[in-house]
This record gives sequence, C-alpha cells and structure tokens, in this order.
Amino acid sequence: MNPQVIGHDAAFWRRLYREALRDSFWKLDPRVQLRNPVMFVVYLGALLVTGIGIVEMVSRHGHATYDLVIAVWLWLTLLFANFSEALAEGQGKAQANSLKASRQEVLARKITSEDPQSPTTEISGNALQPGDLVLVSAGEVIPADGDVVRGVASVDESAITGESAPVIREPGGDRSAVTGGTQLLSDWLVIRITSSPGDTFLDRMIRMVEGAARRKTPNEIALMVLLVVLTMVFLVVTVTIYPFSVYSAHYAMHGGRVVRPPILVALLVCLIPTTIGALLPAIGIAGIMRLLKAKVIAKSGRAIEAAGDADVLFLDKTGTITFGNRQAAELVPAAGISEEDLAQAVRLSSLSDDTPEGKSIVVLAERLFPAVTREAAADGVWIPFSAETRMSGVDMNGKRLRKGAPDAIRNWIRDSGGEWPDGMDPAIDSIAQTGATPLAVAMDGQVLGLVGLRDIVKPGIRERFAELRKIGIRTVMITGDNPVTAGAIAAEAGVDEYLAEARPQDKLARIRECHEQGHLVAMTGDGTNDAPALAQADVAVCMASGTQAAREAANIVDLDSDPTKLLEIVRLGKQLLVTRGALTTFSIANDVAKYFAIIPAAFVGTYPQLSALNIMGLDSPRDAILSAVIFNALVIPMLIPLALRGVRYRAMGADALLLRNILIYGLGGVIAPFMGIKLIDLFLAVL
Amino acid sequence: MMDTILLTGSVVLAAVILAWPLGWYLDLAYGGRRFWATRFFGPIETAIYSISGIDPSEDMSWKRYALLWLLVNLLGGIFLYLLLYFQPFLPLNPQHFRGLGAGGSFNTAASFITNTNWQDYSGETALSYCSQVLGIGVQYFMAAATGMVLAVGLSRGFSRADQAGIGNLWVDLTRTVIYIFLPLSVLLALFLISQGAIQNFSPYLRVHLVQPFLNAGKLVTHQMLAMGPAGSQTAIEILGNNGGGFFNANAGHPFQSPSGVTNWVLMVGMLLLPFALVFYFGRVARNRKIAFSLMGVILLLLVPLAILSQQQDLQGNPVFHALGVTQANHPQFSGGGNMEGVEDRFGTGASALFGAIATGTSTGAANSDYDSFMPISGFVNLFLMQLGEIAPGGVGSGLASLIGFFIISIFLGSLMVGRTPEFLGKKLEAYEMKMAAFSILVMPVLVLVGTAIAASLPGGRAAILNPGPHGFSEILYAVTSPANNNGSAFGGLDAGTVFYNVLTGILMLLNRYLAYFPLLAIAGSLAAKKRMTATAGTLNPATPLFAIFSAVVILLVGALNFIPALALGPVAEQLSLPALHAQAVLH
Repeated sequence: MNPQVIGHDAAFWRRLYREALRDSFWKLDPRVQLRNPVMFVVYLGALLVTGIGIVEMVSRHGHATYDLVIAVWLWLTLLFANFSEALAEGQGKAQANSLKASRQEVLARKITSEDPQSPTTEISGNALQPGDLVLVSAGEVIPADGDVVRGVASVDESAITGESAPVIREPGGDRSAVTGGTQLLSDWLVIRITSSPGDTFLDRMIRMVEGAARRKTPNEIALMVLLVVLTMVFLVVTVTIYPFSVYSAHYAMHGGRVVRPPILVALLVCLIPTTIGALLPAIGIAGIMRLLKAKVIAKSGRAIEAAGDADVLFLDKTGTITFGNRQAAELVPAAGISEEDLAQAVRLSSLSDDTPEGKSIVVLAERLFPAVTREAAADGVWIPFSAETRMSGVDMNGKRLRKGAPDAIRNWIRDSGGEWPDGMDPAIDSIAQTGATPLAVAMDGQVLGLVGLRDIVKPGIRERFAELRKIGIRTVMITGDNPVTAGAIAAEAGVDEYLAEARPQDKLARIRECHEQGHLVAMTGDGTNDAPALAQADVAVCMASGTQAAREAANIVDLDSDPTKLLEIVRLGKQLLVTRGALTTFSIANDVAKYFAIIPAAFVGTYPQLSALNIMGLDSPRDAILSAVIFNALVIPMLIPLALRGVRYRAMGADALLLRNILIYGLGGVIAPFMGIKLIDLFLAVL
Repeated sequence: MMDTILLTGSVVLAAVILAWPLGWYLDLAYGGRRFWATRFFGPIETAIYSISGIDPSEDMSWKRYALLWLLVNLLGGIFLYLLLYFQPFLPLNPQHFRGLGAGGSFNTAASFITNTNWQDYSGETALSYCSQVLGIGVQYFMAAATGMVLAVGLSRGFSRADQAGIGNLWVDLTRTVIYIFLPLSVLLALFLISQGAIQNFSPYLRVHLVQPFLNAGKLVTHQMLAMGPAGSQTAIEILGNNGGGFFNANAGHPFQSPSGVTNWVLMVGMLLLPFALVFYFGRVARNRKIAFSLMGVILLLLVPLAILSQQQDLQGNPVFHALGVTQANHPQFSGGGNMEGVEDRFGTGASALFGAIATGTSTGAANSDYDSFMPISGFVNLFLMQLGEIAPGGVGSGLASLIGFFIISIFLGSLMVGRTPEFLGKKLEAYEMKMAAFSILVMPVLVLVGTAIAASLPGGRAAILNPGPHGFSEILYAVTSPANNNGSAFGGLDAGTVFYNVLTGILMLLNRYLAYFPLLAIAGSLAAKKRMTATAGTLNPATPLFAIFSAVVILLVGALNFIPALALGPVAEQLSLPALHAQAVLH
C-alpha cells in the first residue's frame, strides 16, 4: 500500500471533500437511496413536501414559504447523509486506487520447465493459469501469485505491505510464497502460478476495499432490520395522526385546525432513526478503513465482528510475547572463577559474533561490569559457529576461548585433556529449569562458567494481558518449547494458559475444545502447518508474508506481519460495534425531545391547552417544528467525525463500559436535542 | 395516599413472595421428571395421553408446536362460536337467553380463544350456564394455557442447545391445566366462596328491595338477582389473566368479590402466575439473576404508574372542589377522592390499583368503572396496555413479549460494550432481530390503524357517548384493549355494534397470532444454537443498570409511539381541567 495515501496530506483531504460533495448530489438518485430504507423514507418525504410547497406557491398559499423551507432542510438532511457515506467511500476509493497502481499490466515469461535455462515465451500476465511456470529476473514485477520452485531472490513487497525492507523468497518452507505486483530486486526466481486470472491476492484486496460500501456485515443487517421496523412504526404513527387530528378538530371539538401534511412529514423525519440511518454505511466503511490504516485486511465483514467477540486469543510465543531471539540474561561462573572474569571472557568470545545471541552477551557483560569494555579483541582470530563443532569463539594472545552448547564444550574440554567440574551439571539443569538455555564458556581446557540465554518477555505485554483479562479475553501462549521453558515464560508474561511443544494438531484440538466450551477463538499464523488451525479459528489472522495455504485459510491478513497485531484487531472490532451501538442509542434517545417540540406545536390549533407540553418554551409552533427539523439535519454532519473516527474504546469490564456509554450516548442523547432545538429556536426567533 | 402506597406494596410483595415457590413448582411441572405432585396428577395425565393417542415423548419443532398451538385455538374458537350461536337449543338455560348472533358469536369466540376476554355482552343477561361453563369456562383454561406455553416454549429456546425441538405442545398444555390451573383455581374458588361469592346453577332470584324507590312514577319494590357458578369462574378468570366477568360488573359485583379482602386476593391472584413465570424463566435459563432483572423491569414500569393512577383518583375532581363538593376522606367515602363509578367497599385507591393491575397483567377485569376515572388514571390504564402487555402482561404471553423487548435492548446494550448481541449464551442474529422486531411492530400498528379506522368511519364514531377528547380516549381504549388481548373495557362506548364486533374481533386475532408466532420462531432458532460462555466482556443483563436501560428502551421503542394519540385523548382532557375549573368558579 502506498504510504502517502495512509498519511493523508492536506491536498488529499481537499480533493476528498470536493469529490464527496459532488457525490452527495449524485447519490440523490432514487436507485441509490433505495439501498437505505430509512433515508429513502426521508427522500419520499422531501419529494412530497417540495411538491406541496410548489403547488402552494403557484396558488399563492400562505404556507408556501414555510413548507419550502422545511423541504430545503429535508433535502439537506439527505445531502448530509450522502456526504458522510461519500466521504467514507472516498477514502476507500483512494486506497483502492493506490493498490490498483501496483496492478500494472506486465508481460510474463512463461517457461516450459523448472530449469531456468529452458525456452520461454512472452505472455500477458493476465493470461497466466494456475500451474503455469514463469521466470522472473531482477527488476521485473512478479505477474501473479505463486510459489517459488527454483532460485533465491530478494523481493520488494512494499506495494502490498508498505514495508520497504526487502524479503528473501526461496523454494520450500514458509518463505516460498510470492505475491503478484511485488518486484524482484536481485537474482531470479522460477515461480509456479497459484492464482487464477483476476483473482490474485492484490485483486482480492482491491475488491475488498472497493466493496466495503456495498457488502453488509451480519450485525449491520440485524441493526438495519431494527431501524427499518422502527421506521415502519413511525410511519404508521405519523400517518394515523392525520385521521386522529381530523376527528379531534371536526368531531371532538367542532373547531380548530387539522394538522397539515408537511408538518406530519417533518415529524416523521424527526422520529425515524435518521441519525444512525445516515451514518451506518459510513461507520462500516470507516471501520474497514481503520483496519487498513493498521495495515490489516479483513476478507469478510463477519471476520471484523468476530474479532470484537473473540474471547480466547492464541498467541505465538516468539515475536508476540517474547522478542524473536533469546538473549543473555545471567552469568554463572564455575568454581574458582570470579563473575567478572567470566564476563570478560564471554565478552571477548562474542565481540565478533554477529548473531543476536552474541550481541546480547556483549551487552549483558558490559552492563554488569562496565570496566570490561577497556579490553579490545583487535588481534584475535574469530572462529565462527559451525554445525560440526557447535561452538564459536576467538583465538587471541595464544589463548583459545570457546562458547557453545554445554555438551559440545564438554567434549572439547575432554579432547583437550581438561577437567569437567562436578558442579557444572546441576548448574546447567537449574538454568534449564527456569526456561533459559545454558551456554558453556571455556578457555584452553578450563570451564569458566555458564551463560543463561533466555527469551525476554516484551516490556508492557504483562499489562496488556491484564487489560485483556479485564475485558474478558483469555490468552493462550503457543510455543514449541518444552513445558518447563513454556511454563516459566507463561508465568512471566502473565498469559492465562500455554500450549507447550505445540504441534499443528494440538492447536487444532485446543481450538475445537474452546468451541465446545462456547468460546470464540482468534489466532495468528503464517506457516503452512498453521492452515488447519487457521481454518478452524473464528478470527484467523495470517501474515502477508505467510504461505499461500495459510493465506487461504485465514480471514484476516496482516500486511505488516506484526505478531502483536491480533490485539489491535480485537480492539478495532470492538470499536466498530461500540460506534454502531452508541449512535443507534443516541438516535433513538433523541426522539423524546423531538416529541416535546413537535406534538404541542402540531395540535395546539385544536387543543390550545397542549401548549403546556411545550416545556422548552419554544417561540412559536412554526419555529418549534422547524427547529426540530434543523436539529435533526445538523446532527448528522456534527457526528460524521465521530462516525469516521469511531467511538473511543476503553478496556474496561462490560458493566462499566455499558454505564459509561449509556450515560454519554443514552442520557446525552436525551438531553442534547433539548438544548440543540432550544438554541436553534432562539436563533430563528432573532431572524 | 400513604395507605394506597402500602396497599400497592403489600399486593406486589405478596405476589412476589408467593411467586417464588410457584416458579420452582412450574419448573418441576414443566420439567417432565417425576416429583411429589406426579403422584396426584400423573395418573390423570397418563390417562389423557393414552385416550387421545398422544406420544408424550415426541419433541416438536417450533413450526409444529406453533401450528398445533394455532389449531387448538381454532378448534376451540369454532366450538365456542357454535355454542354461543345455538345457545337457545342447548340445556342449562333457565333464563331462556337467545343466541348471540353472528357478530356477537364471532367477537366473543375470537375474544375468549385469544385470552382477551373482551365482552360486548353482559354475562348475566346474555349467557346461559351451559355457555358460561362449557364455552367460556373451558376457554378460561385453554386460552390461558396456550398463553402459558408461549413462555414455556420460549424458555426452552434458552435452556436448550443444539436441539431441533422446543418441547411437546400437548404435554405442555395438559400439564398447565392439570398441575397448575386446576389446583390453584380450586383453592382460590374455595376461598372466594368462603368469603361470600356464590356458586350455584339456580334460576335468577326475585327479591324484595330493602328500600323501594320511585322510577318514572312507578314504585319499584323488587329486583332480579342473577345467580350462577360465580366463585369458580372468577377464580380461573383471575389466575389465567382472562378477565371476562361472569357478571357485567365483573369484580365489582359483590357475588364475585364480596369484600376488600377478596379484592386484595384477586389483585395478588392476577400478578401471581406472570410473576411466577419470571422466576421459572430464571430457573430454566440457569440464571436466577436474570429473573430479578426481568422482575425489576416489570416493577419499574408497573408500580410508579399504579401509584400515579391512585394519586390522581384520590385527589378527586378539581371541578367538584371548585363547586364546594367535598371529596375528602370520611367513613362513607372509604378514602375519598373521585368516587364516581367506584364501589365504596373498595374505595378509590384500591379501584385505581385494581385497574392498573388488571391492565398491566392483560387480565382486563374491573372492580370499578374505568370510564369515570380521572383522565390521568384512565391514561395509566391505557398506557399499561400500550406498553405491549409486558408489565407483567398476561400469563405466558407477557413474559414472551417482555423477552422480545429484552432482545432489542440486549442488542443495543451488547453493541455498546463492543460485542455482537448475545443473550443467556445465545447469539442474537439477523433472524432473531427480524422476528423480535416484527413481533413488537404488530401491536402499535394494530392500535394506531384500528383507532384511525374507528375515528374515520361513521360506524366507529356513532358508538361514542362522550364529546371532546374523552370521546377520543374511548375509541383509543376500545381499540387498544383488544389489540393487546387485554379485554379491559373503558365503557362509554357502545361496543356491541357490528362495526366494533368485527373490528375488535379482527384486532384480537391479528395481535395474538401475528405477535406470538415470531416469538415461537425465536424459540426454535435459539434452541438449535450452541451456547456461548459469558466472560467479563459479555453484556450482563442481570444488573440494576441493565434493568433500568431495558425499561427505558421499552418506553422509547414501544410506548413513545402512542404519544400523539395520548396527547389528543387523556392528556388534552387532563389539561382542559384547569379551564373547566375556572368556568366552575365563575358560575
């Protein structure tokens, strides 16, 4: 994805607003309006009042101006609704366009066999079928999704992931998947195409973003049902007011005025849930856009909602809970060796070690004993790690310094005639029992001591898990480590349970178990062997760098390949639902004030005593009704920022969250229109 | 005022205390396992199944359950129609009453199978004992039982998981009648008879008046006293929330409810089964706290409205005050207040409370003349019905409707805590929303469209006896009551016309069968779903906060719809009292 689009500069927003403004008018097309039944009722009402106003104007009726003003505000209500939807869609369109830019037409070199020297024919990238082999060389764009069968190359996947660091792609394993639209930076690859024409990962992402406006999620449909039913009830309520009013004026009182149809339309539009009806499409699109900004693509709307519901998270230990690499955490000197001497020795042995473990040893030694930094290893000869010796080290000043797995060092000491001290084995065991990996250090046949390498739990992760627990989400740590190591890390990180020595079938079984207990499971995976578990999970997040199988099985793709993204996805899922619920409650709560504004105004012609219900003290019946209509229209653009940004989700228990949202959006929804309508009325009275 | 608050408190408290063990008993009775009562009723039950060839172990899908439910009422309705139409040719008719005619028979049949028990006739001047006992009496049991099973079926939707069926309708109906209605109504009938309610099949008595009076220049010395099995009929009328009176004066008639004590017992009796079903639901759903939450919603709506009604009626009519007529409390006035249409052995407060409970429970019985209530007291009666009969509503149907509303408030509440809606471990999806929303849609549409038709057609307007907004209230009440299957009569409107017979008959049928079918569909859909586990992130509906939220949602989604109509009726009438007051002072 193009990072500029996500960045949103001022020019981008100006263009977006301009286009949304234009689209607001295009969307007055009845076919578009019909898609939203609530707003379609407003549309019909606006047409009706406009018609009445025009007829009145022609016949020079006294109400003409007033009715046309009402009509104008009804049209504005529709335009505001259209604008909110167009604005959200505009953001989506911009994202889709930036994706489309990477889907250029490319010529592919179809190759007859896996051997890169085989003859090739040039063919359009769109004509490639699954199973075709293509040869791609440095600088070329990969024509379609596929698996690498030959060659090793670095690939720039920033078009998809926004990540500028190139990645290595090679046959076999979890790094074999390549994505159409990404670019080869070096070497060459022979790729077996796996996607059908027009159905590549990129195509599907574009469709997802473009279709965000049209596809409704299950919960959105359920909410729409409620809104439509409320609209139908209010339609009956307002339509029947007319015969009630006729009866009251002509039969009950033999006097007074019957309420006029434009007033009834005004009441109808105020009562039906226009606020949420207008903003619902925008809330949905904005939810998907927020996911996109977090570099997450949901393959279905259902997946986003399930993310809000997930109450068990399966988290991979490595990368999510701990940093990817083990790091030196403790030094255990052998008998007769001081800790400082050991620190000195391990530092020297690791100064030229480029592995993360080696670097961490240097860092630890220098932190424990700042004095050791004085000594350099300039004249030493670096002995790199080899699979044969399973040791690395340095030869300097005639001394041989080695570090490695304890049994490898023991063999080395025995071979060089040294003594393996008795105290070593218990020390090795005790380090292993805390979940750390022991590394022995020796010099010229003498054991100096041990270094404990340990998974370092990410700072702050414990607090995040505590937060999750508070909102009812349990965490399960998945790791290939042995139960001892896993247990130690689980305790340190504060996860609720762990699955040690986890094989794919164990994960699958555990997910099924959770389902039987009535839980919804979210998990992250990227390897092919994760695919069955991903397919089983309710929220299955796959890294963009994952294999084809994993991507197929997942319902959410994380473009960043950030293992902690799952926590963010859950938060965004909840935020989407909260925004929908809060604005619906607000919209329904608004009706109380609108009744108090319109009912006395509408019936005061028949029963003057009903003006006692005008508790807001509105200026005149005409102003009262107009104020309610204006408030109803203006509240839509005022809430657009909230709809697009989403209600802030706070990690708190359901009871506390409910109280908070009821107070803000329920009680606030009752009070706000009283103040808003009164203010507008004061303003109208001045005019 | 303090007295009526205490009275209200004692009635509600007594009903809650009695309902608690009764809820436990209902769970045992509907649970299907043997328990202590099986020893008495089991053989009768088994005999019924073997005679009618019913397989009590059959588990029915919701569709089969609902269709048979409809069939039971349909057959009952046809039977009742024929009985009333051919009344003169049938036995036990000592007063030689004529048939009810096509309109009257249709209206009464529709009324009694739907547990509305709206009456366009006076029991003592129109129905033979045969019609009363075999027609009305049987429907008192059957219609109430078909109401009960709505709650039972819906409860199973929550207690079951991954199951296709929601129970066996025949078993549920049989158990309702044998285990619940029969023993309870025998107990209540014996109590009423012990207090002076009559129980016989005698011809009407001609008795000397204690105080002869002149009427149109003629000295009246005798009166006819209507007789009949009033005690037993009243017992089931009250317990089953039927409410159709044996006598026209209903629970105001001394032969039905002789004293203040029986009045108190009848009020408790109306609340008993609806409350017990709430506790039953809590047991079945394995969430006792949800029962408290539902009960909280009911009491939050019922009690303040009932007290408002009593307060308004006790204050008396301001126009009388202005004329110097005393309405204060003195011995003859049993509490004082607006005594028009009130039996002085009950008093104004107990009458207004009875009215609120009778409309709140969908019983529709009366111990006073609701048409004579103060406007706001009449408004309370109307409003309790317009809430959709959920505070607490009729036996079974009330709880079912309340759960329908709960589904809506759960939907909003769940979203606000960031979850897709889930109630008692069951996910609420588009299907449940469609059904719940449709069920809630039916009643307001029927009431408003029905009122609009009645107010617009000459046939509807001609029946009104009062001018002004009160006349509009009369139409609104006459439509609201049958459209909520309540049956409460405001009076002041000649409901015996063909127009109202047809209109109210159709309203009763439409509401009963359109509003509750979707709720059974929800039961079927929920029973088939798997159960989710609640966590700290799940909306907990069993909290005081959620009970208040639900009550407000019910007011906003349900009752707000009637504000325009109420403004043109009782509200306009109430607000015109100060003007009348001023006129009276001037005279």
